[in-house]
Amino acid sequence: MSLRLDQALIAEWIKPRSRVLDLGCGDGALLAYLSAERGVSGYGLEIDEQNLLKCISAGVNVIQSDLDAGLADFESDSFDYVIMTQTLQAVRYPHRLLQDMLRVGREGIVTFPNMGHLSCRLQLVFKGRMPLTKALPHQWFDTPNIHLCSVADFERTCRALRIDMLQRATVDHTHRSGFGMRLFPQLLGEIALYRLQGGRPAAQGEPLSAFRPSSG
Amino acid sequence: MPSHPLASITSEGTPEIVTPTPAGSVGVVTPKKLRFDQPLRLDCGSVLEPYELIFETYGELNSERSNAILICHALSGDHHAAGYHSSADRKPGWWDNGIGPGKPIDTRRFFVVCPNNLGGCAGSTGPKTLDPNTGKPYGPSFPIITVRDWVESQARLADALGIPCWAAVIGGSLGGMQALQWAVDYPERIAHAIVIAAASKLSTQNIAFNQVARQAIRSDPDFCDGHYAERGVIPSRGLMLARMLGHITYLSDDVLHAKFGRELHNGRLNFGFDVEFQIESYLRHQGRSFVERFDANTYLLFTKTLDYFDPASRFGDRLSQAFAASKAKFLVISFSSDWRFPPARSEELVRALLEVNKDVSYAKIDSQEGHDSFLLPIPHYHQVLSSYLKRAARDLERT
Repeated sequence: MSLRLDQALIAEWIKPRSRVLDLGCGDGALLAYLSAERGVSGYGLEIDEQNLLKCISAGVNVIQSDLDAGLADFESDSFDYVIMTQTLQAVRYPHRLLQDMLRVGREGIVTFPNMGHLSCRLQLVFKGRMPLTKALPHQWFDTPNIHLCSVADFERTCRALRIDMLQRATVDHTHRSGFGMRLFPQLLGEIALYRLQGGRPAAQGEPLSAFRPSSG
Repeated sequence: MPSHPLASITSEGTPEIVTPTPAGSVGVVTPKKLRFDQPLRLDCGSVLEPYELIFETYGELNSERSNAILICHALSGDHHAAGYHSSADRKPGWWDNGIGPGKPIDTRRFFVVCPNNLGGCAGSTGPKTLDPNTGKPYGPSFPIITVRDWVESQARLADALGIPCWAAVIGGSLGGMQALQWAVDYPERIAHAIVIAAASKLSTQNIAFNQVARQAIRSDPDFCDGHYAERGVIPSRGLMLARMLGHITYLSDDVLHAKFGRELHNGRLNFGFDVEFQIESYLRHQGRSFVERFDANTYLLFTKTLDYFDPASRFGDRLSQAFAASKAKFLVISFSSDWRFPPARSEELVRALLEVNKDVSYAKIDSQEGHDSFLLPIPHYHQVLSSYLKRAARDLERT
């Protein structure tokens, strides 16, 4: 098991010996790394059976659960960090999960593929087709990614939900975060990484429109 | 096996000549018996003295005595978890698909111990045993046993076998409850608790089912207030009814439908009250074969043991606090179609463990077979068990 670049970067953001919940933890690589290298204690949530087995084999605490059912099982402020790496775009209600993760964790860390990346824009403009990139390798009909967004979309949603963006980084598939990317993250960042805090408390049964960010 | 000042070991019968058994089988096994002379003070206030435990072991205890696994049986189980009692045996032990060389509970790595619980009817001291004070079978006067009492008796068995700490305590259903109680009562004597298709206490509905089962037995004219053994009769109709009821609740509606549908036993309706549908014939068969091997007083006792189980009650009804001191790591497994101990009950348990920061993993296995799933070789279920125990074995080698 090895870390993806976005995971390696956010590992640097996590204070040693903290308590972490990893939503959609995959094969458990990040939690195994954090536990071994930073003395972090944590749990992963995962729905896929094969990933569950990998976590168990790696000695990672893994709870089989469906993120679309929310985090009602977890107490408020019961974790230092709630992490979601490249999972946000695959859940049913990303905005609700964002709020829920910031309820359960004192901080949230989110990474997602940036749909506003230059190559995505070019493919749509010149080929007229759904973008296929290293970060977004799935055909439109069999993609798990049902809620793709761009850096601009994400930040607008955070502002609408009164979520504070404490830190941002973007990287490309060559695992670099160069000068151009820092200057034009919306255009050149393939994967976006955020450290978040706060957020409006989620209300039961609130209509989707309540979360829709105002234009501008 | 080391000797123990409070216990003496006898072998049950002579070992058979070992003939080739199926691959992955532990082969022909011989149960052992231990006698304990130190009085056991029970939760109900009574004292058992002396008492015997019958048990089987598979695999070898390592020199560090660190690779022992305790298997706890459920309501109708016993000490014969794996292998065969003779080369003529048709059926292996109740968890033979899970225990053996190369199986999830791998006897090449682990030394596996499975006792028959106190109050049982397969050889450990129970209602069928002669009460030393009266010279008659205990019968209905056998004291009510709790899961805590079982754990205490199992801890003494561990002492006698020279096992300071179990690598794992594993059980399904009522067996899972024992694994939980181990983590509560002996927080430092159990490295892993594997709790399968269990709950931290019975639901009201579960207690209600147990009540009907007990009434079925107790209202049988042959029950004789529990003294049936002295009268040379068996409350077979009552016990059969209790088992039939239990059996329905252990399976899902879907699996009953898939197995039997509305298929007729003799191909046509008879307009009578005898067996007509296949499911009726099946249930009667299950009930009858149960009566041949199980004791009614034990069934009454064990359903009470189930009803009483509630480890949180000694911790101000805060389940998480019951586990706060435990050094064990937990694996909790539930089955999607289990409505007797549904996944939500396992998830309650996981939540309590999370609250007190215990190491815990949880798998909800997709299955059609209801509560009985825990006894079946469902591939993903066995993979979860295997992966977890392989990891536990690797951790053992490292320390």
